Amino acid sequence: MSAPLLHIEDLTVHFHTDEGIVEAVDGIQLLVPSGEIVGVVGESGSGKSVTALSILRLIRKPGRIIQGTILFDGRNLLDLSEEEMRPLRGSHISMIFQSPRTSLNPVLSAGWQIERLIRLHKKEKAKGAREQTVQMIRQVGIPSPERIYHEYPHQLSGGMCQRIMIAMALATNPKLLIADEPTTGLDVSIAAQILDLLQEMGRRTGATILLITHDLGVVAGYCDRVAVMHAGQVVESASVKKLFRQPLHPYTMKLIHSVPRVDVDRIMETIPGNVPGLIHPPQGCRFADRCQWVMEICRKTRPPVQTLDGDHLVACYHIGNS
Amino acid sequence: MMKKEEIEIRLKRFQTLIRRLRRNSLSFGASLVILAIVLIAIFAPFIAPYDPNATDASKAMLSVSRQHLMGTDIYGRDVLSRVIHGARVDLLVALVATLIALGISSFLGSLSGYAGGWLDHLLMRIIDTVMSFPSFILAMGITAALGNNLVNVVIAIAITHIPIYTRLIRGEMLHIREREYAEAARTVGNPTSRIIFYHLLPNCFPPVIVQATLAMGWAILTVAGLSFIGLGIQPPASEWGYMTAEGATYIVSGEWWIFLFPGLAIMITVLAFNMVGDALRDILDPRMRGVS
Repeated sequence: MSAPLLHIEDLTVHFHTDEGIVEAVDGIQLLVPSGEIVGVVGESGSGKSVTALSILRLIRKPGRIIQGTILFDGRNLLDLSEEEMRPLRGSHISMIFQSPRTSLNPVLSAGWQIERLIRLHKKEKAKGAREQTVQMIRQVGIPSPERIYHEYPHQLSGGMCQRIMIAMALATNPKLLIADEPTTGLDVSIAAQILDLLQEMGRRTGATILLITHDLGVVAGYCDRVAVMHAGQVVESASVKKLFRQPLHPYTMKLIHSVPRVDVDRIMETIPGNVPGLIHPPQGCRFADRCQWVMEICRKTRPPVQTLDGDHLVACYHIGNS
Repeated sequence: MMKKEEIEIRLKRFQTLIRRLRRNSLSFGASLVILAIVLIAIFAPFIAPYDPNATDASKAMLSVSRQHLMGTDIYGRDVLSRVIHGARVDLLVALVATLIALGISSFLGSLSGYAGGWLDHLLMRIIDTVMSFPSFILAMGITAALGNNLVNVVIAIAITHIPIYTRLIRGEMLHIREREYAEAARTVGNPTSRIIFYHLLPNCFPPVIVQATLAMGWAILTVAGLSFIGLGIQPPASEWGYMTAEGATYIVSGEWWIFLFPGLAIMITVLAFNMVGDALRDILDPRMRGVS
């Protein structure tokens, strides 16, 4: 494992709503080694996107980062002023979103949006920026980039829009690319193309990718490491191989078993219960109510993160006992 | 090669707009009327058969005839020439006032909507205060207070229109700032001012353009209304509202042409702007398309 590009420690994000404080992200730890693709999996509302936005320091009211450190390239992003943070966004850390069609500005042409970004961060002259833009559009596998340059988002298909988003995100050679469910709303075949493209572009530009998804199949196919999130906490993280071969946290096991398979004849399992409400969440393990091995202590205190086998992290009391 | 494609795409977009306008023949007619009025205003000196201010006591109060298609007024001035020249004042005042109001409102409205908080509250209460006056009375008051001339009429109309656009743009901004592309604009490190005015403001514009077209009609009505009661215009300049007021005295004595033609000019112009405004709404707002 190479040196971590991104190291999140004890990150806690709260949303102050009328109903109470939502503990959306609660003391998570996340290591993203340089040059790898790291997956973050979890159900809806498990805090994946909030974590992503925290890295960019774009949590907006009523949300607030309560505590923690986000070390990016040796600097704690949470210590930076807004003026120091802004140049990082888009140039060192890029992000692509889940709905490509609505993430592009409808009144600006696709190419122009990329060109603006290049000019903003690289201080490039108009002509050079234009050439680079066309180059980027070509690189993400779009035929006749000169024509697409002038097209508006509503004239492009969803897959095309996501390619444009990828071109835009990588146009500035960022060190870290955060992809927040980049294939939601795309056909399965298009989704696979987009993920292949992400992988290839990551390799080519040397960008580290944080891939947020709810699809374990995607993780298995594309990621080097993975962190499993449940109710605002990282319950387990490991290399993809280890996690699939030997899942340790009961939630991870359930998650893996709930993936439908056609090659093995078995009834698809579901995970009983729901993600607990994040306003006044249970004080112990947040998976306790859904866990089949729940013990007395699980409900009382939060299980500490244990490190096994070098880089296999898991937060469960059951592990120490078995 | 790139240049050629660019032109082709622009051309195609323009053709689509024209096609949509033509689908509703009434509004297409109305836009032709506006175009005609604008052309008449621009080329007034070449179109008008007589000097609009030339008086001739021997030709006073002549009825409609071949020499004077709209008759003459009490000073023997040709009404047609005066109506043609009058288009200049009304259109120019309304247009400049609308543009000023739009500019100021774009700034205030998008700032208010994007920033929210105390700034939003403060601006909106000021806007509420301005809106609580009947707009014509307010315009009258402002013109009377600042001094009776055309520049002050422009200012007065702009001030009465600012609340309308500001509220509209603020409302649009409130939901556009939550869109994904707004979030995306933030994640790539744009300065806040650029996010507001470059990335988001243009997205607020479709309903604003509709409103502005409709408001052009009201603005013309206000100019005419103010000069009808003697504010703004300096005689002997020709202006529709003022001419209508002059002619109104003679309705009872039977000289109908003096008030009728400038009055018709006001009506046709305002009506045309309203119809085009409605048509633009259909074109620009896809949700309204096909519904009428």
